[in-house]
Amino acid sequence: MVILPDNENRHLGDLAPRVFRWGVIVGLGAIGLSVLIGLSGEASLDRFFRSYLLGFIFVLSLCLGALFFVILQHLTKAGWSVVIRRIAEGLAGNLTWLWIGFIPVVVGLYMGDLYKWVDPPEGDELLKHKEAYLDTTFWLVRAVFYFAVWGLLARYFVRCSMDQDEHGDPKNTLRMQRVAAPGMVLYAFTQTFAIIDWVMTLEPYWYSTMFGVYFFSASACGFAAMLIILCALLQRTGRVTQSITTEHYHDLGKYLFAFGIFFWAYIAYCQYMLIWYANIPEETIWFVIRQLGGWKSMSILLLLGHFAGPFLLLLSRYPKRFKGVLTAACVWMLFIHFVDIYWLVMPRIPAELIDRVTSYPQLEQEFATGVIPGTALTYQEVYDLNWHLLDLTCVVGLLSLIGAMTARRLRDHCLIPEKDPRLGESLAFDNY
Amino acid sequence: MNEPAPKVAPMESPARKSAGAALVPGAGEQRLYGLLAEFETPGAILAAAVRVREAGYRWWDCHTPFFVHGLDKAMGIKPTILPVLVFLCGLTGATVGFVLQWFTNASSFDLWAGVWVRGYEFLISGKPVLSGSVYPIIMFELTVLFSAVGCVIFLLVLNNLPRLYHPCLKSRRFLRATDDRFFIVIEARDPCFYREKTETLLESLGALAVEPLEQ
Repeated sequence: MVILPDNENRHLGDLAPRVFRWGVIVGLGAIGLSVLIGLSGEASLDRFFRSYLLGFIFVLSLCLGALFFVILQHLTKAGWSVVIRRIAEGLAGNLTWLWIGFIPVVVGLYMGDLYKWVDPPEGDELLKHKEAYLDTTFWLVRAVFYFAVWGLLARYFVRCSMDQDEHGDPKNTLRMQRVAAPGMVLYAFTQTFAIIDWVMTLEPYWYSTMFGVYFFSASACGFAAMLIILCALLQRTGRVTQSITTEHYHDLGKYLFAFGIFFWAYIAYCQYMLIWYANIPEETIWFVIRQLGGWKSMSILLLLGHFAGPFLLLLSRYPKRFKGVLTAACVWMLFIHFVDIYWLVMPRIPAELIDRVTSYPQLEQEFATGVIPGTALTYQEVYDLNWHLLDLTCVVGLLSLIGAMTARRLRDHCLIPEKDPRLGESLAFDNY
Repeated sequence: MNEPAPKVAPMESPARKSAGAALVPGAGEQRLYGLLAEFETPGAILAAAVRVREAGYRWWDCHTPFFVHGLDKAMGIKPTILPVLVFLCGLTGATVGFVLQWFTNASSFDLWAGVWVRGYEFLISGKPVLSGSVYPIIMFELTVLFSAVGCVIFLLVLNNLPRLYHPCLKSRRFLRATDDRFFIVIEARDPCFYREKTETLLESLGALAVEPLEQ
């Protein structure tokens, strides 16, 4: 029988209702504010839908990262991660209701101008060939399927694990292990196609076979950073202070380093390099827009802030074992993960300008100073990196709701799967 | 080969050395290498290692059939320098990868490498000859190659391997070090080593047997 450290608080207790209440108030408030800003005409409705999609993809990446983590632990019979798995389960559990948060995106598809392929211009040969896949009904059916798969997987793993807290039957572990393998395959397919459907088709001409993996590594990054921050926060409030040790932080740091920093850079580079080398116009255009104006600075920020800097900082074992440094790095990684999602979702391609110009310097020149024909707006105003309050309110709103629902899910449960058969291993292991 | 100077100088007086040697039966022909103590469980050797370290010994080692968690800490082994060396290997690999590509694709230098070779600027499908977009591939591969090979080489060097002979190998009892027994060897050159005292210590730690090893 595993002896858990006594004199340790392993329940959220009265923290749960407080987080839930404030999360719901701030979340609904921020989303309500976003809708008001969107409807007031201060920003276009189109901008609201884009910003909402940005926030939604961001929180979705955290929850999907959590689901992947939970499945991975069962798939590999991992012992080290047992004490931190419950927090990941709490996050992954949000996938059971996140479909509600997807409704505004669907509204954006039908009402707004979010996805250009919904009404393609006449005689657009390229889109005509993609018609069978880029069909609104089919798109919606697929979305329902993705949420069904994620919801069921999350529900199964969370229920099964929390159920084990009651009776401690090791059969639950074996059952989850058996579901983990097919679950992982389902996860990989649904995640890849979901991100193709929701983000890649924002530019319907563009395609990249790396995109699903890119989003996967980004989501692993966001989730690992989030998990470390949550562990540190819980320990600050005097919970699970002894069960979660330096060893767990060290291993989570490795996970963040491997998936979120190095694998991310590897995939991002491969995607860029192949498109750069093949030099096919409808592929390169996606990167061309990200090399203009403010987007260029953002691309460089990602290269240095998502890869080079964190890589050097977290390469050695000592920063990963020093909680303060690791947590600070994670706050940065979570921010830069948001920048990454912003970089994926927000840029739009000025197709008319691309068709018109004949050289790259001319494109840069026109983008910086040119006026869009037939309007009084410059390219910079419409297509360049322009922050808007909506970007912030949407993501804050959705994150607060995630926080509230996570706290609610963990309210009546121990923060550690206290009857998991591998708990002893997790409490006692050492890193070498 | 494997003799960093012991740090405790005052202990090492000639008198003590000879006193230690005099206790060895038949000293002169066969010098004593050390004492071998056999333990039955990982737990026993962990507890024993802590006590041996606390007794001040420096020239001693543990032999186990498998990796015993916590033994490094119990023995007080310092962290290895290997990661730093591997990092330097990786940097070397990245540099070599860059220079190799730059020389062959983007320079026009003559270089003596067995024969005279000349860098040549190849223009391929309009791509720049010196490009941050393609160079990282080879730089990455060479970083990995140099790190991996360097890691193995330095691992062997730091462990004084390959080593074809060790005094422990004479002991029949020691054969079980690869099977189900755990051993502590305290070497005679240790400044704290006195045959009787050390033997008593090892026996008091719960050793199944203590036997002398010849050089």
